[in-house]
Amino acid sequence: MNSSIDNPLITRSENLERVINYNAKSEVSVKTKNSIKRSHRQIKTEVVFRRTLSVIGWLMIALVIGILLTLIWQSMPSIKKYGFSYVWTQVWNPTASVVNPEVFGALPFLFGTLLTSFLALLISIPFSLAVAIFLGEYYPEGWFSNLLMNTVELIASIPSVIYGFWGLAVIIPILGKSIMTSSLILAVMIIPYAASLGRSMIRMVPANLKEAAYSLGSTRYEVIRSVIIPYVKSGLFAGVLLSLGRALGETMAVTMVIGNNNSFPKSIFSTGNTLASMIALELPEATDDTHISALVELGLILFVVTVVINLIGRKIISRYSNV
Amino acid sequence: MESTIIKSVGYNAYFGDNHVVKNVNMEIARNKAIAVMGPSGCGKTTFLRGINRMHELIPGATANGQILLDGEDVLEMHPIFVRLKIGMVFQRPNPFPNLSIYDNVIAGYLLNGIKLPKSEKDIIVEKSLTKVALWNEVKDSLVKKGSFLSGGQQQRLCIARAVAMEPEVLLFDEPTSALDPISTSTVEDLFHELKRNYTLIIVTHNMQQAARVSDLTAFFYMGELVEYDDTKVMFTNPKDTRTQNYITGRFS
Repeated sequence: MNSSIDNPLITRSENLERVINYNAKSEVSVKTKNSIKRSHRQIKTEVVFRRTLSVIGWLMIALVIGILLTLIWQSMPSIKKYGFSYVWTQVWNPTASVVNPEVFGALPFLFGTLLTSFLALLISIPFSLAVAIFLGEYYPEGWFSNLLMNTVELIASIPSVIYGFWGLAVIIPILGKSIMTSSLILAVMIIPYAASLGRSMIRMVPANLKEAAYSLGSTRYEVIRSVIIPYVKSGLFAGVLLSLGRALGETMAVTMVIGNNNSFPKSIFSTGNTLASMIALELPEATDDTHISALVELGLILFVVTVVINLIGRKIISRYSNV
Repeated sequence: MESTIIKSVGYNAYFGDNHVVKNVNMEIARNKAIAVMGPSGCGKTTFLRGINRMHELIPGATANGQILLDGEDVLEMHPIFVRLKIGMVFQRPNPFPNLSIYDNVIAGYLLNGIKLPKSEKDIIVEKSLTKVALWNEVKDSLVKKGSFLSGGQQQRLCIARAVAMEPEVLLFDEPTSALDPISTSTVEDLFHELKRNYTLIIVTHNMQQAARVSDLTAFFYMGELVEYDDTKVMFTNPKDTRTQNYITGRFS
């Protein structure tokens, strides 16, 4: 009897039922009879509770599928009109005139999104890696470590409009509005994601592996380079992918500093637009149906790109933590 | 003709304010196998880890006193040089999972960035694996990952990895406590061979093992070195009542 009670594979309510059956079979005193009544009530509560939880869970899944379906449905006019060429077309012209017909192409913004995000990633990796190693291995405890960790986590909680304002006030006077400016701001914003995941991964490296390396006369740097980094490299990569997912979708700060130019960017110092910034800028003012639908399709592309990046990241993390 | 290789003089070790090794004075002769035994929490492992300065890797851990290696105080030396001269084998076999068997043996060289010609590496690998009686078992699968081996083989691989650095002293922290009886006796047999070239200090909670493998035995209790003598004397005629009680199983 005891072994089945201890078995974690048997759910709690099943367990209670077993206990009750067991008690019912044996000689029961008044006291245990009372406890049996109480247990029946507990089972009811348990069932109701479990059902509520699963309804809410299914609701979440339905919500996400609903969002995706809405995006697809709303972008149907644009998809029908332009087909796959929408993704490759370089021109975005919502106002038809005699010389320039109305045409919508996502390429400048898809490219703008990928360029700002990967540039941001490149800038942020040295910082997030440094913070992860510092907090994970060099100074896991102590006041400075706490201060640094809290500060880095605070970076993630600052509203993005504040980053946009900071970019306007500090970076734009130096660089002007450009892709580079938004990448710099994005780089700061995404540091915490890779840093905190990297830190927890580094802390999970088994102490006995590190000790093995130390016992062979390794310095701390050699242990980090040859034991810790190889052990956590897929985890670090996953952290980078998660911060990339964050950068891809960032809207407010980017819209404020990227310069909002609909043509294909010529260099990283020219102005541009991203998928997200285009939607934020034009959707509130769009009246033409094809225009609205084309903007929603930008959203659909962004949705697919971010979801794919996040799924890959999560897949790597789960594979890593199962080892 | 016996010469002292390690001499502990008034050695103390702490975790924060917790005094875990208390004023240990002990002399260890070259090419002997020393068993260090005592109940859990008696400070035997901390003392062992103090000898190659592994103790202080733990945040808040400190030590004072002297541990002389060939007359030189290891507490004054850089820990890296100490650990090159004093190798260590741990409780759980810990080969590097991302390295092949071959690379695991020369891991010390790889980690420390020492470049060796292939021929020299081959010699070190064969010699070290032969010393731990593993060469015949793995010579055809040297490119396989170390984690493919059985627990006992992994532990011998870890001994080979320590031996490859040609240290003077080898420290063993309960080296067979994670192994099955057959692997345990294989490792115990190794001690007799390894003694020819190295001085062995073996922490064990297994008294039979201490009696089987060691020349001298040290008994630690509550952080103190209670008694240190020839293993035969320790097990037949211990002087301290605490040693008697431990050996006769009155506490553990």
